[in-house]
Amino acid sequence: MKFNQLFKGGLAVAMAATLVACGSNGSTTSQSTGGETAGNSTAAIKIGGSGPTTGGAAVYGQAVKNAFELAVEEVNAVGDVQFEARFEDDAHDPEKAVTAYGVLKDWGMQVSIGTTTSGPGQAVSPLYKEDNIFALTPSASSLAVIYADTANASNPYGSVFQMCFTDPNQGVASADYLKAHTDLGSKVGVIWKNDDNYSTGVHDKFVAEAKEVGLEVVYDGTFESSTENDFSVQLTQAQAAGADILFLPIYYQPASLILTQANAMNYAPTFFGVDGLDGILSMENFDTSLAEGVYLLTPFSADGTDQMTKHFVDEYQKRYGEVPNQFAADAYDCVYALAQACKAAGITADMTPSQVADALKAEFTKMTFDGITGEQVTWNANGEVSKSPKAVVIKDGVYVGVQD
Amino acid sequence: MEILSYLINGLGLGSVYAIIALGYTMVYGIAKMLNFAHGDIIMVGAYLSFFAMTRFQLPVIVSVALAVLGCTILGVVVERLAYKPLRQATSLSVLITAIGVSYFLQNSAQLLWSSSTKVYPTIISNGAIKIGSLSISYLSILTILVCILVMTCLTLFVNKTKTGQAMRACAEDKGAAQLMGINVNHIISITFAIGSGLAAIAAVLLCAAYPSVSPTLGSMPGIKAFTAAVFGGIGSIPGAFLGGILLGVIETLTKAYISTQLSDAIVFAVLIIVLLIKPAGLLGKKVSEKV
Amino acid sequence: MKEKLAQMFQSKNRSRTLSFGLVIIAYIVLEVLLLTGNLSSLFTSLLVPVCCYIVAAIGLNLNVGISGELNLGQGGFMSVGAFVAVCVSGVLSYSIPSPIIRLIASILCGAIAAGVIGALIGIPVLKLQGDYLAIVTLAFGQIIKSIINNLYIGYDKNGFQMSFVENKLALAEGGKALLSGPMGATGTDRIATFTFGVILVLLSLLIVYNLMYSRNGRAIMAARDNRIAAESVGINVANTKMLAFVTSAMLAGAAGALYALNYATLAPSKFDFNLSILILVYVVLGGLGNMTGTIIATTVLVLLPELLRSLQDYRMLIYAIILIVIMLVTNNEFLKEKFSKLRLGKKGAMK
Repeated sequence: MKFNQLFKGGLAVAMAATLVACGSNGSTTSQSTGGETAGNSTAAIKIGGSGPTTGGAAVYGQAVKNAFELAVEEVNAVGDVQFEARFEDDAHDPEKAVTAYGVLKDWGMQVSIGTTTSGPGQAVSPLYKEDNIFALTPSASSLAVIYADTANASNPYGSVFQMCFTDPNQGVASADYLKAHTDLGSKVGVIWKNDDNYSTGVHDKFVAEAKEVGLEVVYDGTFESSTENDFSVQLTQAQAAGADILFLPIYYQPASLILTQANAMNYAPTFFGVDGLDGILSMENFDTSLAEGVYLLTPFSADGTDQMTKHFVDEYQKRYGEVPNQFAADAYDCVYALAQACKAAGITADMTPSQVADALKAEFTKMTFDGITGEQVTWNANGEVSKSPKAVVIKDGVYVGVQD
Repeated sequence: MEILSYLINGLGLGSVYAIIALGYTMVYGIAKMLNFAHGDIIMVGAYLSFFAMTRFQLPVIVSVALAVLGCTILGVVVERLAYKPLRQATSLSVLITAIGVSYFLQNSAQLLWSSSTKVYPTIISNGAIKIGSLSISYLSILTILVCILVMTCLTLFVNKTKTGQAMRACAEDKGAAQLMGINVNHIISITFAIGSGLAAIAAVLLCAAYPSVSPTLGSMPGIKAFTAAVFGGIGSIPGAFLGGILLGVIETLTKAYISTQLSDAIVFAVLIIVLLIKPAGLLGKKVSEKV
Repeated sequence: MKEKLAQMFQSKNRSRTLSFGLVIIAYIVLEVLLLTGNLSSLFTSLLVPVCCYIVAAIGLNLNVGISGELNLGQGGFMSVGAFVAVCVSGVLSYSIPSPIIRLIASILCGAIAAGVIGALIGIPVLKLQGDYLAIVTLAFGQIIKSIINNLYIGYDKNGFQMSFVENKLALAEGGKALLSGPMGATGTDRIATFTFGVILVLLSLLIVYNLMYSRNGRAIMAARDNRIAAESVGINVANTKMLAFVTSAMLAGAAGALYALNYATLAPSKFDFNLSILILVYVVLGGLGNMTGTIIATTVLVLLPELLRSLQDYRMLIYAIILIVIMLVTNNEFLKEKFSKLRLGKKGAMK
């Protein structure tokens, strides 16, 4: 009797699982192709990467994974270099990132796009150095991803390069931009997420730089992941302090709530964000009029009109049914930059990871790269990228470049 | 004036916590289990109403009704499949199963509906009633009213109807209730149904205030509401109401006057202090030990 | 000799022998594989974390299984141990070059710090019972996380610097930021080793078994099974519960310390509510009061998501289903009867 019930229960769970499996086939079409997308595996360079494809940060890992696989297929189709791709889940956890790295190493990874997020990146960077494997991370932007000694920005790992700006750079650039454009406002309020690596990194340097250049910060408020839906207090206080610019060094999901709640209380400062804010317009069902007049300092905009961006956005949308965000764009660029470097350095599939790394380190420090997140991109020997952030403003629901 | 507006914000937030906490407290009172998957039922409710409103363009009321219906069914199905076979098991086994269900719902949502955040449609206009310099948004008023309505209906239901009486009997002593001819399994199912239905209402109010829908949407409000339920005395319906409201108000006032960084720590510290003074929560019953 | 051997397998000692034997055999096999280069990078990277989780779970089992108190804050104690250990190791790196001494010192400090915090919390909290104790330990875990999220500690030639909420560290040349708020610790020396992990597992088994089969241990279990009866025979219930609680916290602290020293980076958010729950899952699946079971359940459940990697995005879904099914199967009366003859040393359960 009992056993019978158990059997029925188990069967029902299994059925539920099958149903879920069927239901999702439509929405995530690429699942079946999985990680290994390359055509000719005998002569292909094995390229790995990890990011959170499950859990709370899954949106970033999924974006990187999608763009990564798309770019690898495109590169393979061109034919100069052949890649074999594999992307592992790290659940935005340093521990899982280290095991994911182990999985990739066992597979025979020769070159990597590193991790998607900073925390995991900080844990695997020393491993990349130890094993001498080259990684170009799309979006792990913390200083600690490339430097062992973060406090002094020294002792670089050397084998981890970044495609994105470091967090402090964004803070400095934002403060300088606001100082130079007083027409946007003169009293700055900041709302940032104090239990988030990225947000803290940008905020700290922004405040320091603001002091340096004499930018007036009248309100400095925080939130954390457990309170990231209610911003009434912070907004009321920023308004009371007379902030006419609100700097938001945060990701777009909480930012969309800030915009909504500020609108509800008739508070309309100039909102100013950095690259984390990109993606706000492509949120499903977002009322883009709320984002009207929002300024962003970002290397990529999905509404860009140049040939490369258009091609990428179209392809990505066709395959995954979503507008790519900045994470996806950075990952796409990573693959192309690696392809360019591999071709120039004459890297072949039979080289050891260490040989590949040595050649790529030499190549990356001397090459320039044109991608969708920047033109004339260069790297220094520490792995820091140099590209110019573009200021854009949202007008009629699209990004418009700001002329200086 | 400033403190009043914070107070009203806190009441709005607290009302949502209170409705979620009702679900926790009822299930705990009757099934004696901590249903950690409750937060994820909220998430499902949010998605259901979201899709009803945006993909199928249904009116708000119909969407809410659909979400309530969907969550009620889900709650009962989960109870039947995962919790009912464990009726004789230790409370810890049920707790772990609930956590498994929570993982299951979150991961299913991510696979079915993708992990990217969706923006919940506006269900009530942004306006506000102005009294002097104080402005109270329509949404806060609606949330508080719904909470009071839910609370009243539930109290009436539990105290006046036959099913309600049976529920109280089960909460008191399951064995004795069974001997009195009450179908305990049936009552537990009804409790799950009501709790899950309330979760859907809470989901709509939550998303109306904070219009952001993602697979992990329910976890934090879930933990907070659980705290609120314990705060008020778990198993007690007025206690859940009081606990929810207090938690919302304390959270908002802490953020406004003490620290936004430490608001979480302070809320939990207050909880600990309350439990040390009143070990059964604010309105909880002190059960004397049977020897 | 023969007598001794027979004694080892007597019912009381059988579970103890089994646990130690299992750990030692597993260690020898893994070490041989490791030295001959036959262990994949994936499994190599899992060795130390598995040891950490086992130690934390053994500690929690003492608390939940033996002492009968539901504790949802084990992550908080791990966090205390972890960040104290990172700081100690960071400071000692200037004066003590030997990693093994630093490792031992850091883990000791981490365990003691967690024990002290455990004692401080235990005094008021252990008056509460059952689910109320659970929620207070949960709240405590959240508070610890929140505090460490706002804590900045640095060290340079002039000594320590500390600031709270705002990062006001101004370190001299050659200084080190030990803790930087939400970023936690970065650039930590990875000095944890598998051998030491196994030693820690064996130590914690030794501590827990010695406690279990001592006078105190019997008092703890008596207090669990019937508080009033235990009090009536003169057992100081508060003290015995405190003993179990603090020992459990210390083991969690040691586990956290070992964990922290195995990674270059560690964020406070790692030790959240979910981690506490995860460790509780290991304990419940392994069987309350059953240390061998805890070791096996922890190992299997840590490995499971890794073995499911080929399922891609479905792996966590399948993991959830497996978890539910295991709970349903192990609690099924029919199967329970069948298995009851095979099960070893299952001592009591929480009411």
